[in-house]
Amino acid sequence: MQKEKAVTTIHERNPGIPLDLGWIKHATVNRSAVERRASTLPARRSVKKDWQAAWLLRATTCIDLTTLAGDDTPGKVQRLCAKAIQPIRQDILDALGVGPIRVAAVCVYHSRIKDALQALEGAGIPVAAVSTGFPAGQSPFAQRVAEIEQSVEAGAAEIDIVISREHVLRGNWQQLYDEVKEFRQVCGEAHMKTILATGDLGTLQQVAQASRVCMMAGADFIKTSTGKESTNATLPVGLVMTRAIRDYHDRTDHMVGFKPAGGIRTAKQALSWLILMKEELGDNWLSSSLFRIGASSLVEDIERQLSHHVTGRYAARHHMPMG
Amino acid sequence: MTVSDYFQTMTYGPAPESPEAANAWLDDYKRQFNLFINNTWVEPSTGQYYDNYNPATGEKLAQTAQAGQPDVDAAVSAARKAFTTWSSTPGHVRARYLYSIARHIQKHHRLLAVIESMDNGKPIRESRDIDVPLLARHFYYHAGWAQLMDSEMSHYQPVGVVGQIIPWNFPLLMLAWKIAPALAMGNTVILKPASYTRLSALLFAQIVAEAGLPPGVVNIVTGSSKAGGMIVEHPDVDKIAFTGSTDVGRILRRQTAGTGKRLSLELGGKSPFIVFDDADLDSAVEGLVNAIWFNQGQVCCAGSRLLAQESIYDDLIARLKERMKRLRIGDSLDKGVDIGAIVDQTQRETIDGWVKVGIKEGGEVYQPDTELPASGCFYLPTLLTRVEPASSVVQEEIFGPVLVAMSFRTPSEAVELANNTRYGLAANIWTDNVNIAIDVAQKVKAGSIWVNCTNLFDAASGFGGYRESGYGREGGKEGLFEYVRPRWQARPHPNLDDSSKSKDANWGKAIPGRPAPVSSKEVSDNAIPPIDRTPKLYIGGKQMRPDGAYVRPVRNPAGKVIGQVGDGNRKDIRDAVEAAHTVAGMWAKDRWASRSPHNRAQILYYIAENLAARADEFASRLIEMTGCSPKAAKTEVDTTISRLFSYAAYADKYGGTVQETSLRGATIAVNEPVGVIGIACPDESPLLGFVSLMAPAIARGNTIVIIPSEKHPLSATDFYQVLDTSDVPPGVVNIVTGDRDHLTKTLVEHEDVDALWYFGSAEGSAQVEYRSAANMKRTWVGYGLPREWLSKEQGEGMEFLHESTQVKNIWIPSGA
Repeated sequence: MQKEKAVTTIHERNPGIPLDLGWIKHATVNRSAVERRASTLPARRSVKKDWQAAWLLRATTCIDLTTLAGDDTPGKVQRLCAKAIQPIRQDILDALGVGPIRVAAVCVYHSRIKDALQALEGAGIPVAAVSTGFPAGQSPFAQRVAEIEQSVEAGAAEIDIVISREHVLRGNWQQLYDEVKEFRQVCGEAHMKTILATGDLGTLQQVAQASRVCMMAGADFIKTSTGKESTNATLPVGLVMTRAIRDYHDRTDHMVGFKPAGGIRTAKQALSWLILMKEELGDNWLSSSLFRIGASSLVEDIERQLSHHVTGRYAARHHMPMG
Repeated sequence: MTVSDYFQTMTYGPAPESPEAANAWLDDYKRQFNLFINNTWVEPSTGQYYDNYNPATGEKLAQTAQAGQPDVDAAVSAARKAFTTWSSTPGHVRARYLYSIARHIQKHHRLLAVIESMDNGKPIRESRDIDVPLLARHFYYHAGWAQLMDSEMSHYQPVGVVGQIIPWNFPLLMLAWKIAPALAMGNTVILKPASYTRLSALLFAQIVAEAGLPPGVVNIVTGSSKAGGMIVEHPDVDKIAFTGSTDVGRILRRQTAGTGKRLSLELGGKSPFIVFDDADLDSAVEGLVNAIWFNQGQVCCAGSRLLAQESIYDDLIARLKERMKRLRIGDSLDKGVDIGAIVDQTQRETIDGWVKVGIKEGGEVYQPDTELPASGCFYLPTLLTRVEPASSVVQEEIFGPVLVAMSFRTPSEAVELANNTRYGLAANIWTDNVNIAIDVAQKVKAGSIWVNCTNLFDAASGFGGYRESGYGREGGKEGLFEYVRPRWQARPHPNLDDSSKSKDANWGKAIPGRPAPVSSKEVSDNAIPPIDRTPKLYIGGKQMRPDGAYVRPVRNPAGKVIGQVGDGNRKDIRDAVEAAHTVAGMWAKDRWASRSPHNRAQILYYIAENLAARADEFASRLIEMTGCSPKAAKTEVDTTISRLFSYAAYADKYGGTVQETSLRGATIAVNEPVGVIGIACPDESPLLGFVSLMAPAIARGNTIVIIPSEKHPLSATDFYQVLDTSDVPPGVVNIVTGDRDHLTKTLVEHEDVDALWYFGSAEGSAQVEYRSAANMKRTWVGYGLPREWLSKEQGEGMEFLHESTQVKNIWIPSGA
């Protein structure tokens, strides 16, 4: 068996590097080969029994528990935050013999930052805000910049920005770089996740190119989707983005995180994403400092699987507290 | 260790597949298996059994029977008896049986996969996701061919009783490749699994019985290589199909020589894996994982020879080494391993021996720092760099998880390096440039070309090799031809005298020609003698005097000398082959195969036109040489002209097909020329026989060295004037007259001749098949049996086109 390295979680933020257009130009991605790898990846690895329970707990700690709906209210956010603090029932955790488990962050719109901060007070869970004209990113630039400023001021420790897809589709790499770099400056101490909205991009090559530009511009994380595009996070897209992260690390020594988001609802999917991270990026990328899953209902499924692990009986969804 | 610990370390942990059902199945048989003959289990006459082990654990799984001669005889006679009814069973009924087998395979998918992995050592993921699904697919696909045989293969009949010998690397898949097409085309089989891996074939036997196949149609005979020999030598076996090493293939070629048994061979390989600088390198690395670490590298078509463009070589190697660190090695029943066990300790030692040779030759070894399981037969994934074509590890098949890596500078150098091998089974090409991909795919000599993918298989695509990787295809319509013969043709039972059985070393010896004895009757009473006309050899578009400076007299049936022809020798053959290569080579300036099909057709029409202009002269020559009637002579000339038209027509109508595989994209079967073909013409129909063989060969882009009828060579020597006036490029057709067997011997032993067609005696046919084993060239012989050259059925068409081509399947995945 493979010798496993201990996980280290300390890493410095990605300061970015000057735009290297040559590196963008030479981003070759062969879709059929990527899809073949992505489809066999979950079949090549199987995590069972206690290991599976441990992996699902780890996945839980990497979740950006998210609500991004027009009908979000302080009450809804409060309920979600309670779930963020106790994502897995205490009796299940006790049976597994593990300490407190919390999600990585709570992710909301700007208007709900205050509600989330109140609900999470003292829990040590950061609030992430989607920004820059989320989800389409089509509002005036100054307004998008101002949105970041206001969210940071309101107390968001993490900002999930959306990029202008136009710049990718038209190959305006310099403009994309400048835009993301500016967003990063405005974020200040807040960590910045750049959403590529890969469902809006035409090819996997563009996904690779956009990933590289965003990392060079200083993104702390690159993120697949807003959850609002017709296609959400897929393993092939994840494979392309994680490979871009690896290349960037090889070139610069900077570690950039990865966040798949949208459509991740089952424990099995969560395991597949963890396997992807472990295989493509290694154990350093298996914790919340470099890996997040954007999800809203995933926690309940993980909780059910863990309940099954503990009791040996398949669990009912209504036995799991709502988030 | 607890959940909490695993939460910290994030290790994978074991994920065992349960062997419960498999063990229960073995227990059902008390772990002792007999021979499967006539749908019943028969104890071996030898009373002997062989121990079968799980290579991943060393545990003994069962013992299996060692067949003896009486058992092989019983199996052959069961198959022979079944053949009578099976071959006349309607296609639809055979289709139902094959369909039923496919369904039963799917029903027992898991058990088949677990048994396969336990017996062979391959990871359960592979047997579960690749081997067994392909097994089922193969039977479904061929159920379709059984259904369609009447309409799609109406000119063909089954071959008869088929002996099939398969290797241990893909026991079930190889079984499917052998049995499915044989049954679909109405043959019955005796299959011998490899000794190391007999269990899944025995489980398959049970499935055959469960599916209700009539007794005797499929017989599974386990045994040593001796039992294999008994099957091969059995006089009542009509065909041998073999997959395995080139060395054993050579032995089988010699054993079956001259018997009239059909033979298809799928042999070794050292397949190139070419990566261009614009390729998606991470995907190429994944491709390499599937190329050389699939099935522990024990894959005949493994991409074992990495050729990376110099500009990205270092980058690719660095990525590859990183990737190798993440390969997991372990018990074949662990669902999370990439690499399972090597099939047997002997094989492990062979692999290790090659790696040591590689080191000794100056190679640099890289193996990841991965722990191997404490017990069982395992080998680390291995990369050898600093090796060159001159290293034996680059030339020889290692058949294990060992990759050798080299660099190249340009696409043409990549092609040259790729083709710098005696093998030609498969090739992998990684580039996102469609121009380079297609160009290189066309130039690399191999049966399967995978563009930006690797080791893809499907029943709808024929698999098989060029060069010493064997002949015949398995899968696709092209694969059916291995299991049929033309309707008009009975199984040849050549009439061989004893001397030929000893493979007489003196065969082909000949004394050069000399003047005919003076006979007063032959003295001409003409006042003015005719101008002497002694045809020369025709080599490289020039009339050449024979190297030996001898001529031989040509007589008519009455014994009268009607002319003389050059008496060629081995040097003339050598020169003719060189000439043929000047327009055959990949980089030839005016490569005949690269001429447009339209152009080749035009030249064939032109030959017909020029022959027609001299039809009377050619008819007179036939009458003079053979004493045939003017009417017969005219018929022969007219048929010859028609035949030229047929192949002019086929010059642009036999290019290949798009195969309907599971690939998204295109799998294209290209009918490529074989290369340089040596042809020894029959004595009958001296003009028509010559043209019937020449025309399909050159229509399909081959260049030829052709030996005309030994008795009646003058039609052929007259013919070179027709060729000269018909724009046939020099070197495409080379004519060497003389003693047929003397010349054939040099041709068949020539290692730069790709195929040999021989229409001489039964003994000569045996010799040709026997001697072809030197470079495993394809042969097509007449066994001294007559063929109606005048008949369209026997003298032209698919059989000729089939022999003039080899199928290359190019896999091109798509995806924007």
